Amino acid sequence: MAQAGLPDGRLLAVIGDEDTVTGFLLAGVGNVDLRRKGNFLVVNEKTTVKKVEDAFKDYTQREDIAILLINQHVANLIRHLINNYARPVPAILEIPSKEHPYDPNQDSILLRVKNVLGGDLGAA
Amino acid sequence: MSNRYVCVPTVTVLAMMKARLTGAVKGHALLKKKADALTLRFRQILKKIVQTKQEMGKTMRAGAFALTEAKYAAGEFATTVLDSVESASVRVNAQQDNVAGVKIPRFERVMTGASDTKMHLTGLGKGGQQVQYCRKAYMTAVELLVELASLQTAFLTLDEAIKTTNRRVNALDNVVIPKLENTIAYIKGELDELEREEFFRLKKVQANKRKVADELVKRRLRENGPTPNGAKGALHDMMPGVDQDADIVF
Repeated sequence: MAQAGLPDGRLLAVIGDEDTVTGFLLAGVGNVDLRRKGNFLVVNEKTTVKKVEDAFKDYTQREDIAILLINQHVANLIRHLINNYARPVPAILEIPSKEHPYDPNQDSILLRVKNVLGGDLGAA
Repeated sequence: MSNRYVCVPTVTVLAMMKARLTGAVKGHALLKKKADALTLRFRQILKKIVQTKQEMGKTMRAGAFALTEAKYAAGEFATTVLDSVESASVRVNAQQDNVAGVKIPRFERVMTGASDTKMHLTGLGKGGQQVQYCRKAYMTAVELLVELASLQTAFLTLDEAIKTTNRRVNALDNVVIPKLENTIAYIKGELDELEREEFFRLKKVQANKRKVADELVKRRLRENGPTPNGAKGALHDMMPGVDQDADIVF
C-alpha cells in the first residue's frame, strides 16, 4: 500500500483562506518537509487560480496526503478539477469559511448524494 | 444464431456448458446478494454523510468564532502560526473495512508525538487562553472532518462497487445465462439430430443388407436354371439335397 513507507500515518492538506488555514495549523495538521514543502496553501485575493489548481493537483497526487480540506469558495474556483476528480483517496472535503457560509447545493459530493437519494436532502 | 457460443456439439461440450450454466446461475445469485449488502451499507452511509456535513457547518462556525476571539485577544498571530509549522502532530491512519469483499478505506485520527511546542507557545505573550480554546475548537473540527472523509471515501468506493456489481449481475442475467441456455439447446438439438441420422443410417444399412441377400438368392436361382416347379425353387434352394434325393427315392 501507499502508506507502507509512512509508518506514522498520513497528512491532511488544507487549501483555504488565512483564517481557515491558521485554525487548522493551530490544531496541528501542518507539516513542512525537509525541502520546505508544506501541505497547506493560503488563498487570498492575490492568489491566482493557476496557483490553486497547481496546489490541488500536487496535493491529490502526493501519496502522503489522505484528506484534502478545501474552502468552498476556493473549491468553486477550481470546480472543473474537483468534479473530474474521481479517486476516493485522498478524500476532498469542502468546508465552509468565515466569510462564506456553507451551501450544500454547491458541494460536489453532496450533489452526488442528492442524485442517489432522488433530490431530497432534507428527508435523509 | 450469434447468440450462442461457438462449439462442437458433443456430449462432452454439453456437460461442460451445463457446468458453466450452473456456475453462472450460482454466481448470479451470489452477486445479487453482494449488491444487496453493498446497497444496504450505502444507504446507511448516505444518511450519515448528510448529517455529518450539516454538523460540520456548525463546528466550523464555532471554530471561526473561536479564532476571531483569539485574534481579538492575541492580535494577528496568523503569520507566526504559518511560519512555525514543522511536523504534523495530527495525522490520519488508513485502515480497511471489508463489506462483502469490497475494501473500504477508513481514516482514523492519530496524534503523533511530533513536537508542536511552537504551537503550544503561540499566544504565550497574550491571549493564551483564547488561542488554546481556538486550538481545541479546530481539533474537534478535524476529528469531525476525518470522520466525514471516511464516510465520503466509503461513499465513493461503494458507489463504484455497486455500479460494477450491478453491471456484472445484469451481464450474467441478460447475456451469459441466455447464451449458455441457447448453446445447451443447440447442442441438444444437434445431438438429437445426430441420433436420428444414426437411426436412419442403421435402417438403411439393414435394408441394404436385405437387398443384397435377396439378390444373392435370385442369382443362385438363375444359375441353377429354371426348375419345373419354379415356385418351389426358392424352397429347394434353401434345402439343397431335396432334388437329388428325389432320384434316389425313385
